[in-house]
Amino acid sequence: MLELKNVSFDAEGGKEILEHVSLVIEDRFVAVTGPNGGGKSTLAKLIAGIYRPKEGQILLDGEDITELSVSERAKKGISYAFQQPVRFKGLRVRDLLNLAAGDSTSLSDCCQILSEVGLCARDYLDRELNDSLSGGEMKRIEIATVLARKSKFNVFDEPEAGIDLWSFQNLIRVFEKMYGQTKGSILIISHQERILNIADKIIYLKNGRVENYGSREEILPNLLEGTQAAGTCGVLTGKLED
Amino acid sequence: MDSIQRSLLKEVAELDALPVGAYNIRANGVSAARNTTANIDIVTKTDKPGIDIIIKPGTKKESVHIPVVLSEAGLKESVFNDFYIGEGADVVIIAGCGIHNCGGEDSEHDGIHSFHVGKNAHVRYVEKHYGEGEGRGKRLMNPTTEVYLEEGASMEMEATQISGIDDTLRKTTAVLEAGASLVIHEKVMTTGTQNAVSQFTADLNGEGSSCNLVSRTVAKDQSTQHFISVLNGNAPCAGHSECDSIIMDQAKVLASPQLSASCTDASLIHEAAIGKIAGEQLIKLMTLGLSESEAEEQIVNGFLR
Repeated sequence: MLELKNVSFDAEGGKEILEHVSLVIEDRFVAVTGPNGGGKSTLAKLIAGIYRPKEGQILLDGEDITELSVSERAKKGISYAFQQPVRFKGLRVRDLLNLAAGDSTSLSDCCQILSEVGLCARDYLDRELNDSLSGGEMKRIEIATVLARKSKFNVFDEPEAGIDLWSFQNLIRVFEKMYGQTKGSILIISHQERILNIADKIIYLKNGRVENYGSREEILPNLLEGTQAAGTCGVLTGKLED
Repeated sequence: MDSIQRSLLKEVAELDALPVGAYNIRANGVSAARNTTANIDIVTKTDKPGIDIIIKPGTKKESVHIPVVLSEAGLKESVFNDFYIGEGADVVIIAGCGIHNCGGEDSEHDGIHSFHVGKNAHVRYVEKHYGEGEGRGKRLMNPTTEVYLEEGASMEMEATQISGIDDTLRKTTAVLEAGASLVIHEKVMTTGTQNAVSQFTADLNGEGSSCNLVSRTVAKDQSTQHFISVLNGNAPCAGHSECDSIIMDQAKVLASPQLSASCTDASLIHEAAIGKIAGEQLIKLMTLGLSESEAEEQIVNGFLR
């Protein structure tokens, strides 16, 4: 269970990005959605420890982790998938998966994890994480590193952003499968209806505040209605069409 | 050989025992072991220190190991090794030099290697330089590599200098005839107040010749590096050089690429990049549970792989 108590965060220059956000996340699959600039990615980075809040507390299973570093939080069981996966000259897919899973990962474990995200281990294990990989491939490898960690709290920041339609269809299937398998919690930032459709709960974040937080059944119909009312470029369709 | 020499040998040539095939092991200025084969002869030079390595035309799947170890402080030597690789041969040559200096005087090994690669022959050349020892004396190495590639000949060279060499001037020159190809991967890391200069010149003289030079370096602490590459396209040819450096602490890195073409069908490219480890790379590895210093180590090791 992850709890945010009255968390606020200012960007450099003092602009308020998150204002007094309080949330308890204990369901298996929680989606965060809302307009661009609403503070979703900031929320994810605050949970991972990449940003530190101006005020408030973050608790993991009741333990205050507000002051813990990125590494310490990772060790406590928080995983974070970057919106824009990082490329490394020289490091290979195999290296990253080994680092993610700890030294004990066997080759067959690596293969299994890659196949879960729809990549063939034989083709990818020895590939360098450099510019030769496409955006879609990088996204799936990024997700694989999170899967390899088997953490209790997993954060995915817009896994669908910036990838082609074909990769997107595959990605959705990955998350649909992940939903069935996860033992911990998944917090996923997304604009996609198909992702929101498998969420137990949805957080609607706007202008740095939680405007709505509830079960999918409560939140989704309102969001879809809003999308239709707003015309072509709504919250749910926005990102893919960008 | 003593245990220090054996450990140096393992470091530079990955040898626990005498290798299979031809070899010449030089320890503290003298030949410690030698073996020749039916196709590979090794002959001691009579006019200067060094050996001639003569590989018969058509020799396939054979290797030559010529490691050098220095464990005596204050020893300085220049060694001339000339390789003659016969037409159509395909061989692997493993060289390397390890210096252990625990004394107050400088130790120095200057290896001058020339490769005469015959028509359509292929050579893979692996060279590793390594230094260790707590003495105040410096560990110095100045390797010179001269490559002559005849028509259709090819050479892949992997040069590694990861630790322990205080000062180095690495000089590589190459002349390529028609259809010849040369690929060089150089990896250098400097720490402390070490200084490394790498000077590379290739003359692409023959039609269809190609050269690809990839240099990856890491400069830490107060160390300094200078990378100089000169590609001369004198015929329809393809040349590419790439130097990529990670700079850390108070290190200094200078890259001086130079391209020159005297033929309209010469295609030459240079890429150079110097930069620190990206913050997001560190953060990514930290989200996997690594500390900042562990993340840095992984990134550097991967970069220099």
